[in-house]
Amino acid sequence: MNTNTSNHNAPSLLTLQGVHTHIGAYHILHGVDLEVPGGQVTMLLGRNGAGKSTTLRTIMGLWQASQGNIDFDGQRISASSPREPAQTPEIAQRGIAYVPENMGIFADLSVAENLLLAARGARRLGELDGQRLDWLFGHFPALKKFWLYPAGKLSGGQKQMLAIARALIEPRRLLLIDEPSKGLAPAIILNLIEALRELKRGGEQGQAPTTVLLVEQNFMVARALGDRVAVMDNGRVVHAGAMQALAEDEALQQRLLGLSLAAHQ
Amino acid sequence: MHSTFSLKNLLSHDLPRSRWLALLLSLSVLGLALLPFIFPSTKALNVAAKVLVFIVLVASYDLLLGYTGIVSFAHTMFFGIGAYGIAIASSRMGAGWPALATGWAAGLALSLLLSLVIGLFSLRVKAIFFAMITLAVASAFLTLASQLSDITGGEDGLNFKLPAALQASTEYLEEPLLGVTIDGRLLSYYLLFFAVLGLVLLLLRIVNSPFGRVLQAIRENEFRAEAIGYRTVVYRTLSNVLAALFASSAGALLAIWLRYAGPDTAMSFEIMLDILLIVVIGGMGTIYGAVLGSLVFVLAQNYLQDLLRLGEGALQGVPLLSQLVSPDRWLLWLGILFVLAVYHFPSGIVGRLRLAAALRAHKQTATSAEVSSS
Amino acid sequence: MSTQAETLSTLPAAADAAAAIPKARFDLRPLWLLAALPLLALPLVGSGSTWLTLTIAGLAMGLIIFIIASGLTLVFGLMDVLNFGHGVFIALGAFMATTVLGAMSGFTETPHLGANLFAVAVACSAGMAVAGAVGLLFERVLVRPAYGLHLKQILITMGGMIIGEELLKVVWGAQMIPLPLPEGLRGSLLLGEAAVEKFRIVAVLTGLAVLLALLWLLNRTKLGLLIRAGVQDREMVESLGYRVRRLFVAVFVGGSALAGLGGVMWGLYQQGVTPQIGAQVNVLIFIVIIIGGLGSTVGCLVGALLVGLLANYTGFLAPKLALFSNIGLMVAVLMWRPQGLYPLGQR
Repeated sequence: MNTNTSNHNAPSLLTLQGVHTHIGAYHILHGVDLEVPGGQVTMLLGRNGAGKSTTLRTIMGLWQASQGNIDFDGQRISASSPREPAQTPEIAQRGIAYVPENMGIFADLSVAENLLLAARGARRLGELDGQRLDWLFGHFPALKKFWLYPAGKLSGGQKQMLAIARALIEPRRLLLIDEPSKGLAPAIILNLIEALRELKRGGEQGQAPTTVLLVEQNFMVARALGDRVAVMDNGRVVHAGAMQALAEDEALQQRLLGLSLAAHQ
Repeated sequence: MHSTFSLKNLLSHDLPRSRWLALLLSLSVLGLALLPFIFPSTKALNVAAKVLVFIVLVASYDLLLGYTGIVSFAHTMFFGIGAYGIAIASSRMGAGWPALATGWAAGLALSLLLSLVIGLFSLRVKAIFFAMITLAVASAFLTLASQLSDITGGEDGLNFKLPAALQASTEYLEEPLLGVTIDGRLLSYYLLFFAVLGLVLLLLRIVNSPFGRVLQAIRENEFRAEAIGYRTVVYRTLSNVLAALFASSAGALLAIWLRYAGPDTAMSFEIMLDILLIVVIGGMGTIYGAVLGSLVFVLAQNYLQDLLRLGEGALQGVPLLSQLVSPDRWLLWLGILFVLAVYHFPSGIVGRLRLAAALRAHKQTATSAEVSSS
Repeated sequence: MSTQAETLSTLPAAADAAAAIPKARFDLRPLWLLAALPLLALPLVGSGSTWLTLTIAGLAMGLIIFIIASGLTLVFGLMDVLNFGHGVFIALGAFMATTVLGAMSGFTETPHLGANLFAVAVACSAGMAVAGAVGLLFERVLVRPAYGLHLKQILITMGGMIIGEELLKVVWGAQMIPLPLPEGLRGSLLLGEAAVEKFRIVAVLTGLAVLLALLWLLNRTKLGLLIRAGVQDREMVESLGYRVRRLFVAVFVGGSALAGLGGVMWGLYQQGVTPQIGAQVNVLIFIVIIIGGLGSTVGCLVGALLVGLLANYTGFLAPKLALFSNIGLMVAVLMWRPQGLYPLGQR
């Protein structure tokens, strides 16, 4: 396993050690070791079925790790014993936002209501952070246009924007995003990249840069955003290091991902 | 020399798989067979007859619930139809074997029709809908039976006479044999006994046939069964129909024993609850569970009340407590037992016995392996 | 750091959004059915005044049923739990009413309307409180261990119903207890030529109040938002940081309290309470939520009104058929829409 250290020596915000996950009879994760340094974007790459989505779900407590530990900000968030499973709401309340692959949009609720739900601190639409909203509208204008419209009627790309916006409506310490660019038009992907880049820089004035763990198949997005990269195969992390290093090493790309990712745009 | 007629074949290779279970079952069968000679009282005979009827009624429900995984509350409807079939035929046609035959056949026909409709209806609705709908249909039918008093005798029900051969007044032997009068009533009892025996063995044959195995596959994973190529709707409808036919026959037997059919004895919601209790306590998906469960339940129902009466006497005067142990409230205790059974004994008595036996066998093979290897 | 005014100004005006793209059209066809029924009945009944009496009676009954059923359907929609023991709360409410109104004879045996309504209000509150408390117990002991296991739920909640009914008999006895209306609420008002029972009007008003309160809760509060979202995607709501389990307990208790309220009204409507009242109304409730679509509040309302109206019209026009009108309606609706009038999307 190739573990190049990154340029920064940022402390790990999220650490997975030897995490196994079983779903029924299926053993999906076979001992995942992963470190996600704070303030950076870590890409999680790998073939279909490598266990990337499962990893995110296990972190969120939607599936229980049968073995191993998950620590967030120095605190154990995985199950400490079979009697005390990890609870998703508590994990979310520590400041972790999750954007699943299917986006998890509430189709019968309006765009506004979807955002209101995600804003735990707001009891009414009027209590939403106006500056934050403006910023979101700037990156995702469709949200303003279809504000009171049922979210289910939005196009796929617009739904994805809403899903990301939900994760950003309030400051969060860690974002777990599962394949956001899937099915999106290139122009929208660019919007997405811009928004996430801004987030990296610290969003508005002086806010701490958010940490992101991003599952992606689109290498262009990965390269544009990623500071670090972890590659998964067969339920394990087989490579971890700086994104720069991977992007420059075509032979390594071939070996890990089965194809030259420069060509995979 | 290998005989094709063996106990194994008779039970369709569905053995008890537990010494205790086999013992209890054998005792039950023997006990029921010889009951009139062991306990000659009328009450005992009535209790035994009720046990027999319930065995078929609950076993047929086990086919539906335990083996096919369908929850239906319409079972008592078919039970009632069977009972009323006999009663109406006997009242209209006059007592006699032709009336019994016609009544039984008519009950089967109507049950067939209704269960077919209900089964096909489940095509369009989902499982939980289905349960609720059967509840509604059953209560509607109950009301119907009370309303059509011209045919059904309304709330009071229908009394009728049995063929001469089965009447209590008909004596076959001058002197009592082994202390028991050999009369039509005794004959009725053995009619019930052998009918129930035959029906249970038939059920065992059905659930252990390829058809029965498909039902279980559907219960486990309907999607997969459909994917393999089984038209699940057909199988579930068939299961519905078969269960209904057996229930109808059980109803017919009840009517023959009681010489009466009425909404309370044949179709009430309480009977549905009794069935549920027995099938859970006895063990779902076993058929044998229905046998043991019915025995336990009917005995409890009759003798628990006596027990409670004692308790009530002891707590005479204490305001709330005496009410709690009043024999009228025996259903309360049965309900508590039921909830406890669902929680802690989901596999019922039979399941527990079989599990214990399997564990014993496992330990035995482990130790014998040790012994042989040392 | 933005002010309230700034925040509001960034929110797009409703008009803009509406003008931009047409919103999803609300399915009106079942509502047409609901409107059609009374209109159909009018020529059949013949007399306008009788029609008015029947219609108001039907609305009253329908709204009471709605009060009781709304809790059940929300519980199912949110947590996939079907409580076959919902009838216990209805019966509890009804019996509480007998006790409370019996104790408040000073308020009920006077024609003074204010006192009467006060007594009824106290009975309603007591019924709701006790039913809610028992609901809390019910959820904790019986329902919680059976989440996700439909068969176990059905069996256990039925067991709960048996136990509950027997315990009610222990406390209140097994006989029917008459529940006479307070004096001022007896008799009818004359609207033109139509005689409308006073209590039915109270029932309609109460039902409307509950309906409006529910609509307000669901659509204008964050709690309601959570419930509506939870019905669609429980997992996502948890991922957003909300304890859905607690939400469920709240909804279950609320539903039980509503059933208790409905029980009070039903007992007064029938002017008598038996221990079987729970089981009887249970079947009716199931029919209503099947018709409406499991989990849908609007469907529940439409279903309840249809059932109430139909029961009263057929009771007048063809009494023998009245008992089967519900089943017939249910079958007819399921033929048209196998999942009920307003099925939930995902299910």
